[in-house]
Amino acid sequence: MRLFVKYSLINANEQLLVSAAAQVKNRAQMNLRDRLMTQTDRNELLAELKRRAWAIRHKALRMGAVQKQGYIGQALGVADVLAVSYFHALNMKPEDPEWEGRDRYLLSIGHYAIALYSVLIEKGVLPEYELETYGTDDSRLPMSGMASYTPGMEITGGSLGQGLGIGVGMALGLKRKHSDSFIYNLMSDGELGEGSTWEAAMSAAHHKLDNLICVVDFNDQQADGASTQMLSSEPVDAKFEAFGWYAQRVDGNDMDALLTAFDNARNYGGHKPRAIICDTVMCKGVPFLEAREITHFVRVDEDEWDKALAVLEEDKPA
Amino acid sequence: MSGFAPNSRRKSKWEPRKPLDASERQLTSAMIASLSAEGADTVSAPFGKALVELAADREDIVGLTADLSKYTDLHVFAKAYPDRFYQMGMAEQVMMSATAGLAKEGFTPFATTYAVFASRRAYDFIAMAIAEDNLNAKIVCALPGLTTGYGPSHQATEDIAIFRGLPNMTIVDPCDALDTYQATKAIAAHEGPVYMRLLRGNVPLILQDYDYEFELGKAKLLRDGKDVLFISSGFMTMRTLEAAKALQKDGVDCAVLHCPTIKPLDVETILAECRKEGRLVVTAENHSIIGGLGEAVATQLMVNGVTPAFRMVGLPDEFLDAGALPVLHDQYGISTEAVITKVKGWVA
Repeated sequence: MRLFVKYSLINANEQLLVSAAAQVKNRAQMNLRDRLMTQTDRNELLAELKRRAWAIRHKALRMGAVQKQGYIGQALGVADVLAVSYFHALNMKPEDPEWEGRDRYLLSIGHYAIALYSVLIEKGVLPEYELETYGTDDSRLPMSGMASYTPGMEITGGSLGQGLGIGVGMALGLKRKHSDSFIYNLMSDGELGEGSTWEAAMSAAHHKLDNLICVVDFNDQQADGASTQMLSSEPVDAKFEAFGWYAQRVDGNDMDALLTAFDNARNYGGHKPRAIICDTVMCKGVPFLEAREITHFVRVDEDEWDKALAVLEEDKPA
Repeated sequence: MSGFAPNSRRKSKWEPRKPLDASERQLTSAMIASLSAEGADTVSAPFGKALVELAADREDIVGLTADLSKYTDLHVFAKAYPDRFYQMGMAEQVMMSATAGLAKEGFTPFATTYAVFASRRAYDFIAMAIAEDNLNAKIVCALPGLTTGYGPSHQATEDIAIFRGLPNMTIVDPCDALDTYQATKAIAAHEGPVYMRLLRGNVPLILQDYDYEFELGKAKLLRDGKDVLFISSGFMTMRTLEAAKALQKDGVDCAVLHCPTIKPLDVETILAECRKEGRLVVTAENHSIIGGLGEAVATQLMVNGVTPAFRMVGLPDEFLDAGALPVLHDQYGISTEAVITKVKGWVA
């Protein structure tokens, strides 16, 4: 039954406010993209994206504080990638998450939901007050991302290694509809261990899916330890290239590099699917957590959520 | 020798076998046409033909296969609508994921492979990408149950058990060419995920002699009788109809209730028929006796307090032998002769 109420919890007034705010933001973003970008413009955009990334981290920490748990290490690490995705790359209407002309952003890694909710709130797709429902009973923001619970959540992720294949089908579908939209699939390095990822990679190249962009968050962590120690997927960029992809590998916490890579992926002229492998640092932005012996599910003591927020506040971009 | 299942005919692999004379050889290759009594009419590729007809009016219909278009009759569709056909290669997982993706974009994808590969290899992709999202995707699979002599790698003896446990999934097991043709149209009209077992190639045509029309979710009484009520699906309905004719000569009056939709089960019709007193109820299915039609019917009878004498015809809970199909059907008790023998024993 949740399927039928996922849009109903925002009342009409709030919907209008959210929508108006989103349109202003969207216009600003579109204008920036439409202009021939000068270095000044680029610097402005980078500053804006850094502010957004900070806000995404801040919201994720506030959500984690509700549950006193959550995949906060991943959310902090991937915040820069999400900022450039949602505040630069994606063509979308926050007030209409199912707008046919949108770029589709698939969260294959269901447990990164905390990060996606943060960016959806920051973007105005979800109201900010729902942040405090994260992971609570009857919430639209369950611990693992599911399409039927949350506006803006395109697929049910979580059974890892499925997003890219669904992206292949959606990209085929968009081509059938002569749509210019893109499919972005956000996955983790751990998912590179799943054979289905490589079936999908082969399939995307075979069908010349130049409207498919696979973003890999390479934080070298999975449930039992370092991904490269569990089942190494290296060299990842060379593998994607060998599978027929246009592949780039960047520092996933370097906004300038991300911006270039996302633009390159979109503007690449060949009829190939595109991969962006983003090397990220778990818990980025909260040094005392970064320094912790990181595992897949980073340990944050009960009193440390406020401490982490305080640390982040000190580093707030202008 | 240890390790052979109880019903196996297998001898030791260390024991050389002498070739039989050509006239006595029972070959493994068996066409679906051989499922019916000799001399029955057949129709070629009823699924492929129905899909081509549907596609003429419905641009949303697309087809995908994992290197088995020729063996699932999807090549008929591929030939008629090459730009709406996706050859996904030998990659069932991405085929099911891509099927989900196409359904999410508003298309009605028909994905084909063998039943073993859909149910065993690609299950998680069907479960999470298609069924959990309740997408309008149709999975149509050849070689259901015991319809090949290749052995367990190709014999999907537990596919219905696997998919019955999956929420949102509709399961269809048609009997013959007419049933397959009509069921294809019916599942295309139905909104939601469907798993259909496929008889392909030259498929026997049986049900045109009965006042029958496929309706999704409905069981249909093909003949009435006062001693035995068969409840059957798939090609086992051909067998129960033939068995009923033969048993008639021995004074055993058999009704046949054809139940091609396994899930959701037509509980109302089944209970109504089973409440008629004095009949032995016999379920018959081309599937393991675990988790299939028989257990589904038994559960409904039990929870509704309807308690006729009850027997099941189906495949044993074993990995089955390789060999010649007619021999295997006799061996595992799903040939017409085997059904007749069992029923005679039960009513004696």
